[in-house]
Amino acid sequence: MVERKNKTARLRISRGMPGGERCYDTFELPYEDGMSVLDALRWIRANLDSTLAIRYSCINANACKTCMALVNGEVEYTCIAKLTPNLITVEPLPKRPLIRDLVTDSVPEDEKV
Amino acid sequence: MPHLSTDVLVIGAGGAGMYAAIAAAQHGTSVLLVDKAQVGRGGATIMAQMTVAVALAEQEPDSVELHLEDTLKAGRGLCNEELAALVCAEAPKRIREMEQWGTRWARENDHIKQEMAPGHSVKRCCYVDFLNTGPAVAATLRRKVSEISAIRRISNLAAVEIIVRDGRAIGAVVLDLVDGELIAIHAKAVVLAAGGLTKLFERNSASTNMGGEAYALALWAGAELIDMEFVQFFPIGHLAPRLVGMDPIMWDPYRYKLGGKLVNGQFEEFIDRYGSTDFGQYNATRDVAAYAILKEVEAGRGTPHGGAYLDFRHIPEAQLRAAFGPVIDRLLVNGIDLTKTPVEVGPMAHYHMGGIRVDVNMRTRIEGLFAAGEAVGGSNGANRLSGNAITEAFVFGERAGISAADAARRASAEWDEKFADETMERLKSLGEMSAENAIAPIALQVELQKLMWEQAGPFRTGDKLTSALSRIEEMRKKDLPECRVGSEHRFNLDLQDWFELRAMLTTAETVVQSALARPESRGAHQREDFPIADYRFLKNQVMEIKDGELATRWVVPSRLDRSQAIHG
Ligand SMILES: Cc1cc2nc3c(=O)[nH]c(=O)nc-3n(C[C@H](O)[C@H](O)[C@H](O)COP(=O)(O)OP(=O)(O)OC[C@H]3O[C@@H](n4cnc5c(N)ncnc54)[C@H](O)[C@@H]3O)c2cc1C
Repeated sequence: MVERKNKTARLRISRGMPGGERCYDTFELPYEDGMSVLDALRWIRANLDSTLAIRYSCINANACKTCMALVNGEVEYTCIAKLTPNLITVEPLPKRPLIRDLVTDSVPEDEKV
Repeated sequence: MPHLSTDVLVIGAGGAGMYAAIAAAQHGTSVLLVDKAQVGRGGATIMAQMTVAVALAEQEPDSVELHLEDTLKAGRGLCNEELAALVCAEAPKRIREMEQWGTRWARENDHIKQEMAPGHSVKRCCYVDFLNTGPAVAATLRRKVSEISAIRRISNLAAVEIIVRDGRAIGAVVLDLVDGELIAIHAKAVVLAAGGLTKLFERNSASTNMGGEAYALALWAGAELIDMEFVQFFPIGHLAPRLVGMDPIMWDPYRYKLGGKLVNGQFEEFIDRYGSTDFGQYNATRDVAAYAILKEVEAGRGTPHGGAYLDFRHIPEAQLRAAFGPVIDRLLVNGIDLTKTPVEVGPMAHYHMGGIRVDVNMRTRIEGLFAAGEAVGGSNGANRLSGNAITEAFVFGERAGISAADAARRASAEWDEKFADETMERLKSLGEMSAENAIAPIALQVELQKLMWEQAGPFRTGDKLTSALSRIEEMRKKDLPECRVGSEHRFNLDLQDWFELRAMLTTAETVVQSALARPESRGAHQREDFPIADYRFLKNQVMEIKDGELATRWVVPSRLDRSQAIHG
C-alpha cells in the first residue's frame, strides 16, 4: 500500500457542558491512511488539548462498543469510522443526556452511583 | 463526604472480576463491583478474540495432568505449580459452567470443538465463532451479574488506593469520573481484579485501562508482587497497514490453520535460525518467535514498520475465504487484500505473567485483600501458553470470590468515616499541587510508554534498565506532582490520567527494577548482556515496599508434591 505522506486531517469538535454554551473547536493533525476518527481524537488529547472529554476503552478492536458519537451527522463507532483528509465534524450523541464535550450518558441506570 | 458500603468490593469488572462477584454473591454476601470504564467492557477480556485452553478431552484424549505439564514447560521452571495446577484442574468446571450460563462454544459432531495452539501438546483450545470468544464470555458474565440482586455494579469508578487499617484491607478510595469526586467505599473484603499492565509499553495490545494499577494498589496496601520482570511480548501483533475494528493479535490462529508464512523484510523464513523447532509447523512458543523477529529487525532485515511480514499469498483465495469467514471482508474494508499484500507484524506487550503474590485461595498477605485474573502473578512463570489467560481469569475469579465472601462473613462490620479521612485528605491534596501551565499527565504517559518500550521492552540490558529507572524515579518525584489536571469536575480525563500515571510509574518501576536484578535470559525476560538461562536464577523475585522503598528478595518456586493427585 502506498502511504500518502504529509497530509493533514481537520476535525471540528463540539465542546461544552449541558445547559451551558456549546461551541466548536477545530483541530488539525497529521493524517495517515487507515486512521480512525478515534485515532484522531486520541492524538488530539495527547498532543493538542488533553481536556477534551471522550469515551472509549478498547481503542481499535470495536469490542467495547462505548465510543459512539455523531460523525458528520451519522451515529458511528469512532474507532471504525475512517478519518479522511477533509474536514470532519464530531458531535455527541443527540438522544442521550450530555455529560461533557463528546461524552454522553450511555451507562445503564443500574450501573451508577 | 460521599461513602458507599458493601461486604465484598470487587475492583475491575473483566472476566476475573465478574466471576468473583458472582461467586461471592452465591456465597451469601453483598457485592459492589466497580470498574473505571463500563462494567464488562473495559479490559482485555472483551478484546480476546482467540481461544480458551481447557482439558475437556472432547476433541481428543487429554488430561488435567497433561495440560499442567505443557503449562509448566512453557513457564521455564518458574511457575508457581500450585497455582498452575489450580488453573488446569478447575478449568473444565468453569468452561462448562460458562456454557450453562449461555456461552455458545463452537461445536462439531455434538462436542465442543477444540483446536491446536502453540505449546499445547493436544487439541485443547475452545472458542466462540468468529473471533468472538472475548465478547461472548463478557456478555455471558454481564448478563449473569445483572441477574443477581446481591451484586451492585457501578461504572466509571476508578480505584486509586486501598484503605488499610491495622493491617487489614477495609475498603478503597475511588474516583468518580462523571463528577470528579473521590468516594470512600467501605468493604469487609476487597478483590483486586483490575487486570494487566501492557499499556506501560508503546507497542501493546491493551485497552486504555490496562496501566497496571492493580499492582501498584496492592503494593501500596502492603501486599507483595512476584515475577514483575516477565511481560509477555506477543510475537505477531499487527503493525501495518492500519487495521481498525479488529484486535491487533488476531493473526495467530490463521497462521496455524492456514500456514501463513512468517518472513523477514527480504522474504526469507527465519524462525528456524533461532534455535526453535518451528520447521514450518508454526509451533514456536511466543518468547522464541518475538526474539527472532526483533533480532531480524536489528540485523537490518525487518519490514518498514520494524517487524516481519506475515504472508498468505501462497494460499488459494477460496481457502482463505473459508478459513477467515466474514473476517476477510473486515480486512478488505481496511484495504487489506491477503491474496495481494502481506501484512506487517511484530512483537507487542500483550500479557503480564508477574503480578500480585497470592496463595491458592487468592489471598495476599494483607488480611481482607484478594486478587484475581491477570493481576495475579506466578501461575505462568516466565512465559504463558496461549489460551491460559481467560481460563485463569475464570478460575482465579471464582476462587477469589469465595475466599472474599468467607473473609467478609468473619470480619466485623465496624466502620467509621474517619478511617478513610487520612487517605482521602492525602489524595485530595495531591491534585492541588498542579500548576496551570504545566504538562498534562497524558503527555507523561506517552513518554513513559516510549521509555518502557525502548529500554525495558523485549530486549533489555543493564545500561538501558538503569537509565529507565532513573527517569521513572524523576517522573515520579518531580514531574508527577507538577502535572496539570485542571479544575473541571465532569468527566475530567486529565484527573483520571493523573491517578493512572501515579500507579503506572510505581508499576513500571517494579518491572524495571526486577528486570535489572535478573542477570539472565529466561522466557519472556531477555537480557542481551546475559543471553543464557542461568540455573542459579531458577527462582522467583518477590517485591514489597520496605521503609518507603522497593525491596526485592528471591524465593524458590512453589512446587507440587508429585505423589499427590491433582484435584480442583
Ligand atoms: C487483545 C487481546 C487478546 C487476547 N486474547 C486472548 C485469548 O484469545 N485467549 C486467552 O486466554 N487470553 C487472551 N488474552 C489475555 C486475556 O484476555 C486476559 O489476560 C484476561 O482477559 C484478563 O482478565 P481480567 O479480568 O483479569 O482483566 P481485564 O479483562 O483486563 O479486566 C480488568 C478490568 O479492570 C478495570 N480497571 C483497571 N484499573 C482499574 C481501577 N484502577 N479501578 C477500577 N477498575 C479498573 C479495567 O477497566 C477492566 O475492565 C488477550 C488479551 C488481549 C489484550
